[in-house]
Amino acid sequence: MSMDRRKFLKVAGISSILGFGASVASARNYAGQKGLVPPQVDANKETLTAKRWAMVVDMSKFKTDEDYKKVINACHTTHNVPDFRKADGSVDRKMEIKWIWTAPYERTFPGQDNKYMSEHMKDMPFMVLCNHCENPPCVRVCPTKATFKLQDGITMQDMHRCIGCRFCMAACPYGSRSFNWTDPRAASNLKGELPNKQYPTRTKGVVEKCTFCSERLQEGKLPACVEAAPKGGILFGDMEDPNSEVRKIVTNKYTIRRKPDLGTGPAVYYLIGGGDHA
Amino acid sequence: MLEKALEGSKKYWAWVFFLGGLAAVGCYFYFQQFMYGLGITGLHRDVTWGLYIGQFTFLVGVAASAVMLVIPYYLHDYKKFGKIVILGEFLAISAVIMCILFIMADMGQPMRVMNIMLYPAPNSMVFWDVVVLNGYLFLNLVIGWVTLGSDRKGIAPPKWIKPFIYLSIPWAISIHTVTAFLYAGIPGRHFWLSAILAARFLASAFAGGPSLLIILALIVRKVTKFDPGKEPIQALGKIVAYAMFANIFFLGLEVFTAFYSGIPGHAHPFHYLYAGLDGHSELVPMMWTSSIFAVVSLVMLWVPGIRKNEGTLALACVMLFISLWIDKGFGLIIGGFVPNPFEEVHPYWPTMPETMITIGVWAIGLLILTFLYKIAITVREQTVGVEIDH
Repeated sequence: MSMDRRKFLKVAGISSILGFGASVASARNYAGQKGLVPPQVDANKETLTAKRWAMVVDMSKFKTDEDYKKVINACHTTHNVPDFRKADGSVDRKMEIKWIWTAPYERTFPGQDNKYMSEHMKDMPFMVLCNHCENPPCVRVCPTKATFKLQDGITMQDMHRCIGCRFCMAACPYGSRSFNWTDPRAASNLKGELPNKQYPTRTKGVVEKCTFCSERLQEGKLPACVEAAPKGGILFGDMEDPNSEVRKIVTNKYTIRRKPDLGTGPAVYYLIGGGDHA
Repeated sequence: MLEKALEGSKKYWAWVFFLGGLAAVGCYFYFQQFMYGLGITGLHRDVTWGLYIGQFTFLVGVAASAVMLVIPYYLHDYKKFGKIVILGEFLAISAVIMCILFIMADMGQPMRVMNIMLYPAPNSMVFWDVVVLNGYLFLNLVIGWVTLGSDRKGIAPPKWIKPFIYLSIPWAISIHTVTAFLYAGIPGRHFWLSAILAARFLASAFAGGPSLLIILALIVRKVTKFDPGKEPIQALGKIVAYAMFANIFFLGLEVFTAFYSGIPGHAHPFHYLYAGLDGHSELVPMMWTSSIFAVVSLVMLWVPGIRKNEGTLALACVMLFISLWIDKGFGLIIGGFVPNPFEEVHPYWPTMPETMITIGVWAIGLLILTFLYKIAITVREQTVGVEIDH
């Protein structure tokens, strides 16, 4: 199921999986979706590549609520993630779609809390997102290969092939996947002008999730959350490269991952007792 | 033989139109779901499967249970099942069709469902489930049609059908094993992550399916001239009793492992279903109804005097069927999703359109069953007194 980046780009261009990728084919793809303009990308020159993309999250760098919100906003505007609200303005949990969000420590790492732990620690927010597992259960169970591994470690989602069976959502032990329970363009933030005209919206009945901003990596840009986070809050790099920042931290500092005992091999690491690491 | 479904009494047509009406209402609500999306159901990001997939799972068991007639009749030469084995095979056909319809109802993008065949993914259990379910449907269609066709002419069925019949036995077991594998291989869903799940599925199938068959046989005797006979019904009653004992025993094994091990994740779904968790106890009355009905119906089937009285036998079968429907058609699915991966409780309850779609699919299944049974019974009525030898 894995393929190299070049091959993936070819496929992406030809079959217009998400509408990003080679610019030649995309003009036609984008014509079908209102309000979108094709991105002009020379994928071969600037693309950021890695053997194994990984992320290190250092929660000690997040000081205020604003810090989290900026990250979530950056991701959700970049990817036109629908924001379904109830009449009273609160989040409509039944329809909710999210790629990155925060969860309290005791929820993020079940079983890692104890009864003597302070409420402050238990409630401490952690950024959670798709873990881009080395051995992802979602890919294993997908009946159409609509979710698949790229050779650089990214777990991709093909929203044009997905049949919406939601097996991947049952299989993901991190709750990282969201389903479009109705047309996402019905959400208040996507009704008018799209937050990002260069990224397609999805259709109803398909599953979506974080893609480690693979479309931005192709343009030589870091993931949106990394850019929006406080300095050093979210680090992104090649875990297979011994000189990369993420590798150095994971080698030399104490990091934890969510539910490592399940054998999924998450690529998102949480640095504990961060301080001045980098 | 199909024409036999097209002639019948006023009562027959009234029943057909009643089911047709329910099916039409289901179709109306399905059209709404098709246009709006699955947001019309009570499902959400934490409980992503519900009533539809529960019905699918339960009905795979009903389909597989035909083997409880096929094994005694074809492998052990238990002649008494000769006239009713067709009822089991035809029940399997309608149950598999309902399974397929429930899967379709649950798809976010039903128009793309052929992607399963266009991009086969043998690593996915869904792929194998599609293969075994369609294979089982084909086997039962061929076997049922050919053997009934021969009965009608008063001749023995052709020899070539025998291998199909023998193949249908392991095939029946495979459909429910693969269906259990949909759940039993998922990391992080403690309620399903159990090596005994396939065995539990089979035990509950071999209790629930034949109990439905007993009810159907008693109805058939009442509304038609065809009498399935006292002895076959009693034999089925014993099969149901043993299978139900195994089913309750297996559930007990799960409870032991979950609670004696003391691993919180394994106990949480049981807490949620049977006692309530984090202030949510929506399913507790249902689950205890299931448990009480299970034990009471087992005792009723076990005591010979109660089993031999067809009135109390029918009551026991109805209770057992309800018990297993709650346990497998509802609790099993919800228990896998609550609590969610963050150990939060977000309950689920089906909406009205979702319920109507579910009733609609059951109506379509019952309609198919009615037609098939009408055909089979007309043949039986015409050949009363003729010995059947397959």
